[in-house]
Amino acid sequence: MAPALDGPVQAALVQYLLRLGDDRLVLGHRLSEWCGHAPILEEDIALANIALDLVGQATLFLGLAGAAEAAGRDADALAYLREAIDFRNVLLAELPKGDFAFTIVRQFLFSVAAYYRLEGLATSSHGDLAGIAGKALKETRYHVRHSGEWVIRLGDGTSESHTRTQAALDALWRYTGEMFLADDVDATLVRAGVIPDLATAEPKWLAQVTGVIERATLAVPPSGYMQRGGRTGRHTEHLGIMLAEMQILQRSYPGAKW
Amino acid sequence: MADDGTPAPSDGQWPLWEVFVQPPRGEPFEHAGSVHAVDAESALQNARDVYTRRGEAVNIWVVPTAAITASTPADSGPFFDPGNDKPYRHPQFYSVPRGVRV
Repeated sequence: MAPALDGPVQAALVQYLLRLGDDRLVLGHRLSEWCGHAPILEEDIALANIALDLVGQATLFLGLAGAAEAAGRDADALAYLREAIDFRNVLLAELPKGDFAFTIVRQFLFSVAAYYRLEGLATSSHGDLAGIAGKALKETRYHVRHSGEWVIRLGDGTSESHTRTQAALDALWRYTGEMFLADDVDATLVRAGVIPDLATAEPKWLAQVTGVIERATLAVPPSGYMQRGGRTGRHTEHLGIMLAEMQILQRSYPGAKW
Repeated sequence: MADDGTPAPSDGQWPLWEVFVQPPRGEPFEHAGSVHAVDAESALQNARDVYTRRGEAVNIWVVPTAAITASTPADSGPFFDPGNDKPYRHPQFYSVPRGVRV
């Protein structure tokens, strides 16, 4: 049992856990859309495995969010019975899956950022949060390896794969800044000593991502305007459509189990 | 034909790799099956995803299928005939001291 926190800190913790959970739930669902459609059987299994890892992490983070909120909502209620405006995932996670290059580049950009965040959170003074982060960190290390090796092969592959991978990188780059935005929620938790200051995550991410992009003979897109909004519930039009599909069963048959 | 001039496999698939996994507790590697992959690192990852997700292994080897030289069914006579007419190959007629397990 975690020690009781002050009201505002507890509220910030709920928000923070929703962000962690929603990032993984939404991206995991996007990855699951490849099931049966990946380029080869082996990659179909690999993407489904990563999707399952992410949905599993989401279950733990959302379960903890529900417990911290203490309003009687469990992980399923949070996943299946909230509207798009209540989701707190980054916009990067909700974009349609695109082609294989787009999916792989997104997974790589996300997984490296997730890795450095989880690495910090594994040292959290909040025991449950630290425990989940440590478990997720192990899985994320493999996600980085798998997606990173693919970025290198696609970028340094045929002219077709190179063009598509560079296009994906250019399209996704403006969505990466949101992963490192720190607002009042982060500041409150850092001040209360619940989570460490994660300001070093972004330079570490940039260094690692740049290294892989260069090995892949691709170009790092110029830094410029960064999209944001997901953390406060302002999403792209794609999320609502995705949620309609993801939630229809629980919406149509409340409490259905199998 | 790929960009670098290497010929594509005749079936249009990526090259085939044979997967060997070592079960926990360091037992000998066993053949688990095969995967398609463009290179050794990808083959290793595919093998991990296809064959070892439930704790079946602590080590994986991947070997290009083309690198394996196998016996053929036609070899079964000369290769594997146990030579039952040569009893000295089957040292089973010694009396084994009690308490020794064979």
